[in-house]
Amino acid sequence: MAVSETVAATPPAATPTPPAPSRRRRGRNAAYWLYLLPGAVLFLLVIGAPLIGTLYLSLTKWSGIGDPRWVGLDNYQQLLQDDVFWASFRNTVWMLVAMVVVPTVLGLLLAAVLFDVIGRRFKPRTAAALRAAFYLPQVLPVVVAGIVWGWILRPDGAFNSLLDAVGLGALRHDWLGDPGTALPAVMAVMIWVQIGYPVVVFMAALQRVDPELYEAAEVDGANWLHRFRAITLPQIRPETFVVALTCTIAALKVFGPIFALTRGGPDNATNVPSYFAYYTFFKKLQVGYGSAISMVLTLIIVVVAGIFIWMQARSERRDRGI
Amino acid sequence: MAVTLTPSTAPVTPARPVRDRHHRGVSRWVVLALVTLGALVMLVPFAFMLLNAFKSPGDYSSGGPLSWPTEFYTKGLRTYWTEVNFPLKFWNSAVIAGSVAVLGVAVSLLNAYALGIGRVRGRLWIVGLFLLANMLPQEALIYPLYYVAKQVGLYNTQLSVIIIFTVIQSAFGTYLLASVMGTFPRSLLEAAALDGAGKWTVLWRVVFPNLRPTLAVLLIFFFIWTWNEFLIPLVMLIDNQTQTIPVALASLQGDRLMDAPTTNAGALISLVPAILFFLIFQRTLARGITAGAEK
Repeated sequence: MAVSETVAATPPAATPTPPAPSRRRRGRNAAYWLYLLPGAVLFLLVIGAPLIGTLYLSLTKWSGIGDPRWVGLDNYQQLLQDDVFWASFRNTVWMLVAMVVVPTVLGLLLAAVLFDVIGRRFKPRTAAALRAAFYLPQVLPVVVAGIVWGWILRPDGAFNSLLDAVGLGALRHDWLGDPGTALPAVMAVMIWVQIGYPVVVFMAALQRVDPELYEAAEVDGANWLHRFRAITLPQIRPETFVVALTCTIAALKVFGPIFALTRGGPDNATNVPSYFAYYTFFKKLQVGYGSAISMVLTLIIVVVAGIFIWMQARSERRDRGI
Repeated sequence: MAVTLTPSTAPVTPARPVRDRHHRGVSRWVVLALVTLGALVMLVPFAFMLLNAFKSPGDYSSGGPLSWPTEFYTKGLRTYWTEVNFPLKFWNSAVIAGSVAVLGVAVSLLNAYALGIGRVRGRLWIVGLFLLANMLPQEALIYPLYYVAKQVGLYNTQLSVIIIFTVIQSAFGTYLLASVMGTFPRSLLEAAALDGAGKWTVLWRVVFPNLRPTLAVLLIFFFIWTWNEFLIPLVMLIDNQTQTIPVALASLQGDRLMDAPTTNAGALISLVPAILFFLIFQRTLARGITAGAEK
């Protein structure tokens, strides 16, 4: 090992005795704080301070000019009576369906089929090509996806033309313009955007699973569904946790696609908390109220993430116990 | 089973009844057909985009979105290219995403070195804090950031966006690298310490070379994530000189300039860099992920 001579500052730490005295060890570790310093300063400037700032602003009334006026919890009380606020969180539940539940379930199924049936009974290259097709929307900047879909779903867009072409012209519709169909249409787009992520992660996870498990089960006469439930699902549980958590956070924070597709409309039918906050900040210039929306969203995300991490830790402990 | 082409699977299992193989022989084609159909549905929007990006507005209004173009029309593409000044937007996106990727990895590496190898006190709480920071909705930070950026003259500069995303991305990177470094072979570190290497030397000569594959993956993730970011660039970058590709495209939405062919052409060229990165980096990604898994 080539050791450079520029390490003069640090004392010669080399003591060959294995059990280093604890005082010395602590002293050695303390020097590592230095490496945390730049990260910590940046973190406080860009995340810590602004978060506290938003918390403070959520207790004020402010248009962004002049001085904020302290109003205590008024903004939060107002939120509870705000129909748009409740509508936006109702829509978030639907976003969870479209961005977490459906992609995770479909993704599990697709990954298992691609890996187990198509990868084994056909060429692995076939499975890889199909996987790429499912993954492609994930590569696209999500705003670009929103703009293209916005055009496809327009009254004179490609989807309606497609309906005409297959003789279903009677179903022609202004998909994003009608409050009744806007949310399902946005959900469909989000499934399209999201599905590739679980497919890729789960397929990678399946490569980790010992093939002998499957062979043994096959010899025992277990059919595909049995094997899926008894082997695949438990074996890739860590990845399922990660996918469910990241997708849940993404669904709670979704902004870009809503901005590009509907701007929360029509009639707040597709409004979500994060767009509602953006709109309140920068269009209505109600900084205090926007901050309150953001803080509620933050609280929900922190609680949800906490629950996920707690569940994951618990299931890992249980696995070790067995 | 005997016809399987996957090299990793075991050869013939003699115990299997013949009837079962026949059964699977048919059903596997059904499964293939269904999955292929699903994959084609996924690709339909891309086909629409391609079909209409090279269609003239006249063609579009007479034939509609599904018709085959009667001429290979590139004016939409050229209009978008020049009106939006696409090369500049590309440069802006590349500068921001590139700087964030490099700086974000550097900050993550330093943080994780203290947390994963230095094992400073309270490291679990600190790592948890970083992880949480990465999950925060950007709305909870944006207004104070926007206000302060205006006060200190960083508003509408790429530097502001670079600083913000360096921190946000490195929050995730710190979490990931800290757990990777937690399993770093102690023997290597001790051997280096015996040779008289200080902490800085150990970081550069021992830890960094060993983690290079993981760092490469992180670099790529940071680049792509930053490239695709929307809210913060939308708020921070307000003019043509500074905007990124997604912001430029979104701010033209509904503009008179953006007829259907131009919209599709714009989406298409915004998509090309993303696909290129994906193809270029895919090899690195595959290598890096396996390298990480083998640890």
